[in-house]
Amino acid sequence: MLDFEVFVQQLITGLSNGMIIALIAIGYTMVYGIIELINFAHGDVFMLGAFLALTLLGLLGMESWGPWGQAGGVATMLAASALFCGGLNWSLDRLAYRSLRRSSKLALLVSAIGCSFICVNLGLFWGGLPMEVFGGGMAAAAPKDFPALIPQTNLLGDSFIRITPADLLVVAITVPLMVGLTVMVKRTRLGRAMRAVAQDGVAAALMGIPVDRVIGATFFIGGALGGFASVVYALYNNTIGFQMGTRAGLDAFTAAVLGGIGSLPGAVLGGLTIGCVRSMSDQYLETRWTNTIVFGILVLILIFRPSGLLGAARREKV
Amino acid sequence: MRWRPGPIVILLGLAALVPVLDLLLPAAFALSEAVRTVFLYAILALGLNVVTGYAGLLNLGIAAFMAVGAYAFGILTCEIYPFQFGFWSALALTLPIGAAAGVILGAPTLGLRGDYLAIVTMGFGEIVQDVLKNLDSITKGMQGINPLPAPALGGEQWTADDERKWFYLLFVLLALTVLAVRNLERSRLGRAWFSIREDELASRAMGIRAERAKLVAFATGAALAAFAGGLSASLLSSTGEPNNYDFQASILALCIVIVGGIGSIAGVLVGALVMVGLNSIVLVKATAWMAAQGIGSQGNVLLSPNNWKFLIFGLALVIAVRVKPDGLLPPRLEGTRR
Repeated sequence: MLDFEVFVQQLITGLSNGMIIALIAIGYTMVYGIIELINFAHGDVFMLGAFLALTLLGLLGMESWGPWGQAGGVATMLAASALFCGGLNWSLDRLAYRSLRRSSKLALLVSAIGCSFICVNLGLFWGGLPMEVFGGGMAAAAPKDFPALIPQTNLLGDSFIRITPADLLVVAITVPLMVGLTVMVKRTRLGRAMRAVAQDGVAAALMGIPVDRVIGATFFIGGALGGFASVVYALYNNTIGFQMGTRAGLDAFTAAVLGGIGSLPGAVLGGLTIGCVRSMSDQYLETRWTNTIVFGILVLILIFRPSGLLGAARREKV
Repeated sequence: MRWRPGPIVILLGLAALVPVLDLLLPAAFALSEAVRTVFLYAILALGLNVVTGYAGLLNLGIAAFMAVGAYAFGILTCEIYPFQFGFWSALALTLPIGAAAGVILGAPTLGLRGDYLAIVTMGFGEIVQDVLKNLDSITKGMQGINPLPAPALGGEQWTADDERKWFYLLFVLLALTVLAVRNLERSRLGRAWFSIREDELASRAMGIRAERAKLVAFATGAALAAFAGGLSASLLSSTGEPNNYDFQASILALCIVIVGGIGSIAGVLVGALVMVGLNSIVLVKATAWMAAQGIGSQGNVLLSPNNWKFLIFGLALVIAVRVKPDGLLPPRLEGTRR
């Protein structure tokens, strides 16, 4: 194998993972754009989506279905996880965040951290379900194998560079979602309402926009994207665990900040960048330093360019 | 006017009586060992309280400074390194070392808005753990640095059996910390912190040097956390593995401050009692009791009390900010009420 081929291979892996990170990052960026909250629980909502997908897969016995049946199974999991994560994210807003709209931002952030911990614990319990796919419930905390319904065979034949159906699945699901979301935010009434609330919540309310409902919708959409991402992640990486939300969440949040928080194209750009940084660091440095590098990037961007690559500079009134 | 003991004095007085209480209780109910942990976390949380409670800066990586203190203590004292300081001098050095670490992180980041600062401190916490794990030639990786010396008083080396001595040493150090923090709270600097927390722009206009005051708060919190780390390392005779200083530990400290009463010393003491009490007394004793009853945790994740930890911390935070945003014992200092 040539050095160049290794590089291209890592680039493909990085871009595929980056698309997934971008999808999660959109959830952070939308919520931050509208209520200036780092929704700590978002990564853990994503994790629970993957657990729901695995549960469905086990209950319906999808592994024994034919190829078309499995495609239907993937569609079922995507729909179910998206609805579930959207609903869960909406409920977190309704139960834990909405009553704190007038409190300090610190209180809101602390509440989100609390929600994150609750979700992690639910994931731990969920992993203990006495089901075959969860290892019979004996080791709740252990990572779970997620069956490769989408084959990881190489579409390019014997070439060293591998492009698999799983890579294509990532593109086929994430790109339309990102395009659709952009159109939604730019063109629809709800999208316009979301932008209005993000600009000035009080003015939006005075113009008759139901602010709480718009914020709830934002949480739902962000969560649903996380749900899609969770199924794609599970099918691509084939292993899930109750602690994966923290790491995925941090990658995604870094991506959102890198791109410029509040900006949708920024989140996508940031996600792809972080995905590539991770895969390159795994290849050319050492895997054990990868997290340090991602955090280092986050810290450096926040210090030197807090508005991110594509974000407009926003000054906080202190 | 007659002097009446405030909540801080009452709490500390009750804590001092725990070993006496232990003499009366059956051995299975002995509390002093767990209360020592409460003392350690109280010192840590008092440090966090200076940063988050007084200056209003959310620090999600306070455990990293605890790690800095623990490893500094380990490297300064352990026989495999050239320094070989004694207990007291090494413990005293954890304060300036922690403060220096606080300045290194704080100086470039304290200008950030609140939530970004929170994320940077959290990132710092993760980086410190990774570095401690990965630089295993210095930090001994997952084994941690050990054995570490216990204090020696009057030429007599303590052993692990000197439980009561340890208890009262930690008690005295906690009381000294309380005294120091209380004096800071009432000083010119303390009032500058409250003022910045309430309105930074107005404080600047009044001539307060906000950057410097915030940096001092950050360094003070880091120094106290490092102090708690050094003490904990000596108590356990090991720095333990880097994971002991993870995000969960930082959140435990945050829970203590939020549940007890943000910005209130008495609140932090109560918070430490409640949260660490749950974590190190109730959950531990419940696990032991269930094992004794033959209720195995094997095969059922719900039956191990330890598995409920995240849920308890999470609910504590969510409910506290919603129902009692000022905590169990809110600050009572005049003119600083929120």
